[in-house]
Amino acid sequence: MARLFQELVESVRIAFGQIRANGLRSVLTALGVIIGIVAVTLMGTAINGIDIGFNRSLAMLGEDVLYVQRWPWRRVEDWWSYVNRPALEVETAERLNRVIEATPGSLLEVAVPVATRGTSVRAGELRLAGVMLFGTTGDYARIVTTDVAEGRMFNAVEASVGRPVCVLGSAVAENLFPSGSALDQQVQIRGELYTVIGVLAKQGEFLGLFSFDNQIVAPLNTMRRQTGIRANLDLRVKVRDKTRLAAAEEELIGAMRRVRGQLPGERDNFSVNQQQAFKEQLDPVKAGIALAGLFITGLSLFVGAIGIMNITFVSVKERTKEIGTRKALGARRRTILLQFLIEAVSICLIGGLVGLGVTLAASLVLATLLPALPIAFSPGLMAVSVLVSILTGVVSGFAPAWGASRLDPVVALRYE
Amino acid sequence: MSAAAPARRPARAPGDLVIRIEGVTKLYRMGAETIHALRGVNLKIRRNEYLAVMGPSGSGKSTLMNMLGCLDTPSAGRYDFNGKDVARMVDDELAEIRNREIGFVFQTFNLLPRSDALHNVELPLVYAGVRPAARRERALGALRNVGLGDRIHHKPNEMSGGQRQRVAIARALVNHPSILLADEPTGNLDSRTGEEIMALFEDLYEQGHTIIVVTHEENIARHARRVVRLRDGLIESDGPVA
Ligand SMILES: Nc1ncnc2c1ncn2[C@@H]1O[C@H](COP(=O)(O)OP(=O)(O)O)[C@@H](O)[C@H]1O
Ligand SMILES: [Mg+2]
Repeated sequence: MARLFQELVESVRIAFGQIRANGLRSVLTALGVIIGIVAVTLMGTAINGIDIGFNRSLAMLGEDVLYVQRWPWRRVEDWWSYVNRPALEVETAERLNRVIEATPGSLLEVAVPVATRGTSVRAGELRLAGVMLFGTTGDYARIVTTDVAEGRMFNAVEASVGRPVCVLGSAVAENLFPSGSALDQQVQIRGELYTVIGVLAKQGEFLGLFSFDNQIVAPLNTMRRQTGIRANLDLRVKVRDKTRLAAAEEELIGAMRRVRGQLPGERDNFSVNQQQAFKEQLDPVKAGIALAGLFITGLSLFVGAIGIMNITFVSVKERTKEIGTRKALGARRRTILLQFLIEAVSICLIGGLVGLGVTLAASLVLATLLPALPIAFSPGLMAVSVLVSILTGVVSGFAPAWGASRLDPVVALRYE
Repeated sequence: MSAAAPARRPARAPGDLVIRIEGVTKLYRMGAETIHALRGVNLKIRRNEYLAVMGPSGSGKSTLMNMLGCLDTPSAGRYDFNGKDVARMVDDELAEIRNREIGFVFQTFNLLPRSDALHNVELPLVYAGVRPAARRERALGALRNVGLGDRIHHKPNEMSGGQRQRVAIARALVNHPSILLADEPTGNLDSRTGEEIMALFEDLYEQGHTIIVVTHEENIARHARRVVRLRDGLIESDGPVA
């Protein structure tokens, strides 16, 4: 045991002496591994980031909210069977709520109609385009997934009488009122003045597509009163217990069919959507990215490994006589095998650590330049890349090291 | 330590049998051709002997030496080292014997170029699993014993040929082997330095070491107490130095 330890220490010492003595050669060889490890960690960081960003985005939809809409959140082949579905109305929500109330032990809490459309908004000289305008009722406060950072939501009375009040998403508030609070200020939507009574907390982007902070929430009845505002309307239904989402969805489908007066055997003329649907859509995309990543990563590591193998073969060849001498002095096969394996692993490990540093620096720079990008450099990833470097060293160093350990001492000593 | 006229005292009384080879042959196959490097050699070497192996180039001296040093195994015949049959040993056992029982000195010194004298001498102790502190202590002792106590941190390329060979001798002796094997140890040295090395061997012999030296120079062989002459893979003569 002591002997193996002394051999290991000696091997590490030889390896680093060797690396130092062949500086440029070692650097060039390690470059292959560095590139490989950068590929591994970047890919891992990207996939991690996608995952985190994705989950964060889904949370914005609400984990306990079901969406009743005309279209499902997935690609459909028979689009013609969806276009003729009846539109959802405010009355649909009212009748649905009556059914929910009449159901004892219902898993559903409340249905809220939400109209959505894009608009531009203006405050004084400042104008902002591409803002999402949500028109809804006083119940919206019960399903909203963000906190109100400043002020308050409008209440049921303000909503039903259609008062010209609104709540701004954080980005809208910042852009229109850069110098001070948006509260109690006036914004102009489609020529109509609204008073800002609340500002939502920051939420971030949804799948990097659009910002959830770029929204305005206003009473639906106020929106309705205005000419020229036509909007898609859907229902958001809050579930009492998010662990029983599937059962709640089933109950909701049944309740909707009753509201719509559908006959048994008839196809639903509405769709119930939930965030899970997105997950199912994105899973193959994620798998694709991971697969492509694995391929690129594998390829670059393979190239790095070949470099290591080559340099270890060269190293064995150059030191054939030294191997003979060491054997004459009592080195066992194991000793020689370890010596060259450790040399290969050391180069890989150094390359791996440098690669890790490069990725770390790169992701720090990226994170400061693009704060919206979800970058996740996890400790797990570090462990994986260290492990991968060691493994690369072992795999690529093994053949030459094995050959060296099997050398006949007499033949090795005669080698010039 | 006079180079010109080495002190030569009578042979010490021989001790136990260290080496016994009987009918040893060694064949090398070179393509279709078979080279008989050794054709049936019998030899007994006891503790406290100082033996020179002589013979013309290609007569099989190095082959015999490699065999004695357990670097090589016979094609046929029997080799007992300290009463144990070497032909039956596996690789690790041979490595163990080379490490603990045999000290090798090469014609070309074979020092590790990037290590200093001290680390070169420590190497057999590393393979024996000796801890660093004890290792250093013993390597220092061995270097002092060959007169290099003041050169311990010199690299091989910072030393003369004679000094390098002294380092190699210290390395061969550091693990207290049963025998010291030297294959043409003065072959790469000028005659004066060669004589110095032979004087060192004389000292070591007086200290109680068992030494086998391969050479093709008569005046080197004169230092030994017994001479074995090889020709074409066979022992031609074996007797005390005249
Ligand atoms: N590894 C080998 N392969 C083939 N032939 C060898 C090998 N080693 C030695 N020989 C041959 O064996 C004979 C004896 O060689 P060697 O023992 O080195 O002689 P010496 O040391 O006496 O000069 C020579 O003919 C040499 O060419
Ligand atoms: Mg020879």
